[in-house]
Amino acid sequence: MSRLKQFKLPDLGEGLTEGEILQWMVKVGDEVKLNQPIVEVETAKAAVEVPSPYAGVVHEIHHEAGATVDVGSPIITFDTEPGAGPLDPVASASAVSEHPEIGDMVPKPPAGDESGPLGALIGEVGPSGRTATLVGYGPKSVTAKRRARSDSGHATPVTPPVPVAPPPPPATAARVSAAAVGQSAAASAGAVTVLAKPPVRKLAKDLGVDLAAVVATGPNGSITRGDVENAASQPAAYSEPAAAAPLRSVPDYDPATREQRIPIKGVKKMMAAAMVDSAFSAPHVTEFITLDMTPTMELRTKLQGLPEFAGVKVTPLLLVAKALLLAVKRNPEINATWDEAAQEIVVKSYVNLGIAAATPRGLIVPNIKDAEQLSLPELAAALQQLTATAREGKTQPADMARGTITITNVGVFGVDTGTPIINPGESAILCFGAVRPTPWVVDAIDGSQSIVIRQVTQLALSFDHRNIDGQLGSQFLSDVARVLSDPATALAWT
Amino acid sequence: MPAKDSPLATATETTPVATSSTAGPELVQLLTPEGERVSHPDYDIDLTDEEYRGFYRDLVLTRRIDVEATALQRQGELGIWAALLGQEAAQVGSGRALRPQDFAFPTYREHGVAWVRGVDPLRLLGLFRGVDNGGWDPIATRFQLYTIVIGSQTLHATGYAMGINKDGAVGDAETGEATIAYFGDGASSQGDVNEAFVWASVYNAPIVFFCQNNQWGISTPTANQTRIPLYQRARGFGFPGVRVDGNDVLASYAVTRKALDDARTGQGPTLVEAFTYRMGAHTTSDDPTRYRLASELEAWKLKDPLERMKAFLYKQQIVDNTFFESVEADADELAARIRKGCLEMPDPDPLSMFDSVYAEQTPLLAQEREEFGRYLAGFQGAHA
Repeated sequence: MSRLKQFKLPDLGEGLTEGEILQWMVKVGDEVKLNQPIVEVETAKAAVEVPSPYAGVVHEIHHEAGATVDVGSPIITFDTEPGAGPLDPVASASAVSEHPEIGDMVPKPPAGDESGPLGALIGEVGPSGRTATLVGYGPKSVTAKRRARSDSGHATPVTPPVPVAPPPPPATAARVSAAAVGQSAAASAGAVTVLAKPPVRKLAKDLGVDLAAVVATGPNGSITRGDVENAASQPAAYSEPAAAAPLRSVPDYDPATREQRIPIKGVKKMMAAAMVDSAFSAPHVTEFITLDMTPTMELRTKLQGLPEFAGVKVTPLLLVAKALLLAVKRNPEINATWDEAAQEIVVKSYVNLGIAAATPRGLIVPNIKDAEQLSLPELAAALQQLTATAREGKTQPADMARGTITITNVGVFGVDTGTPIINPGESAILCFGAVRPTPWVVDAIDGSQSIVIRQVTQLALSFDHRNIDGQLGSQFLSDVARVLSDPATALAWT
Repeated sequence: MPAKDSPLATATETTPVATSSTAGPELVQLLTPEGERVSHPDYDIDLTDEEYRGFYRDLVLTRRIDVEATALQRQGELGIWAALLGQEAAQVGSGRALRPQDFAFPTYREHGVAWVRGVDPLRLLGLFRGVDNGGWDPIATRFQLYTIVIGSQTLHATGYAMGINKDGAVGDAETGEATIAYFGDGASSQGDVNEAFVWASVYNAPIVFFCQNNQWGISTPTANQTRIPLYQRARGFGFPGVRVDGNDVLASYAVTRKALDDARTGQGPTLVEAFTYRMGAHTTSDDPTRYRLASELEAWKLKDPLERMKAFLYKQQIVDNTFFESVEADADELAARIRKGCLEMPDPDPLSMFDSVYAEQTPLLAQEREEFGRYLAGFQGAHA
């Protein structure tokens, strides 16, 4: 038995095909004990720690953190006899072997034992099919392969599992092009559905027409009697189009080298589902307003100096959040849910204020529960807590549930504005853009006007036009802007 | 009531936990989380030092079997594993309460009951490795095969118990027979379980319904299963219910023992709700961090069933360090044995799948077996 042991990524859940390596807890050269946690792997079902199947020294790590690895691919190699002297590179190269009992869901019989063909049947390379590899260049993945059926003429009455398309009758073969025949075979093997009624199919069979090569003109892309007759009357030459001269010669690229395929899963998948749900059920209207935020920026500095704000950060986002809460109070119907099933608009007297957050795993929208009841310092603390939790990737599902209205802060990316998509279950989302020094027309008390450099920003509000009309949406957006342009307005409203 | 003043009750009151129902003063307890032996008017028991040591040993070995199996799944050696972590006391206590003639009907998580019934842990691993369908003899061990379908074993157990009545095997406190049906808080919502309650009650069947309320039915909290403590449901069906501290092996033993003895002497069914906590995932395919808070787990860690027994043994000075060392050594040896045995389990012959479909082979099965054999022989390299 070889002293080098590979460990292949097992199916950690049931029926999983891949996992993402979140982090390695060991590195090459580390001594590990049996069942010592070595790696954290996230699958579609769970993030789990994998304990070491061997005691020994880590010889090689095949995939770095962040890699998505197919189940069955080697992820780590151990030297199980580190005390037995240095590894001979040549000997070890041929000696790297998979433990016959480790690394596979179903244990395989030892090499030479052919009593268990089931292992091969479910997609394993047979023991004799394994290739010895150079150390450090182990197989990247183990491709699932079926063992070939014997061609030595085992006469067997058992029907082959894959139906084989019957070849076209010789007499009619001339009617279909060579290309069409190829297409037909592929179509049969891949079970491509051709829509045609049984009598049409019989006609096609009688006339020797391959349905897969027929242009369908019937309802829902089905093939009609006429289509079949048409195809049957076409001269064979018709279906052999002259090869178009290429405009320029294109080298044969392997698509794999120029395209990256990112699996849709986890947070990305949830984001996609939520956005599609919202964008195609709620008719979105987006309105914009540009405002001078200088007074708010000045207020921010003042507030930060107050003892009440010791230990919390007074950010522009905090003051935008406060302005939004004040505006919700004046326009409560903006804070609502369209309940399609009940045919009711649910207006909420509480505000669970969502903050769209970019996290290492993608976009999430945690919310601050009952934000309207919080004092400004409390709101600041809640915002800080929410952001920190999201950044650490520790946001709980409950933190994201039952939001009523959302702010997305694209300004942090230096972006001016956008047309945000409403978080499902809510009716409005406010987009806060970058605050920039900008030339601005300022009215003096004496009525004169001058251009001054001011801190200017843009706000955009998307709202659900099913329950919010242009007047309400405009009023709400304008109220938010009023507070930010002149925070004293807030005093007038309270 | 000792439980009222016990630290357990205090802990559940002061520690915010997401579980719906806190244990409350009705909880039967004989050993506090701190390892203090308390008494109970209805369920007091007198155990020898040897029995106390035996309980502890079973708890440790059961946990080690479970931990090793979980590791084996993570290493790709088992298809799935349903961990019992945290529920050792409920299982060992109730399992030890069974008399040899009693019959247990488990779910797929009763590894601790299997252990005290004498089922080799390797047989459990064979099932989860997918190389057999549960390889122990249910008649010899009086421990039924694992039931994967949620709650259906309560009906099997009830039917068996009704059969005991018909055999006239109830009445004698020593030789009378009883059954015990294991299930969880999630299964308590199943129709099967409620039907079993009705039948057992009406037919006065000698059965103990042993519900391990581990607070979570996969990701569903008990609050979504019931509005009242589960043990109180029994009253509506017409038999007594009792809630026991499922992390207390002594109380689990005492309560189950009494319920079984009631059953075997013709007093009919009892529902025992063992109030415990699933400290791990539902199965290895599950990620509990997605739906429950870490603070809840931390609160229950303070009630660990092994730690309180260990503390009790220390305080009573009925063991010394060599005892703990020898139990650890036994656990290590057991873990190594089941790991080795698991890795060495042979693949089953594919044709063997036709063997146990019916008690007797049918012509159709025989034909299918022959055809499949020819199909397998049709591969390159296969023996003709």
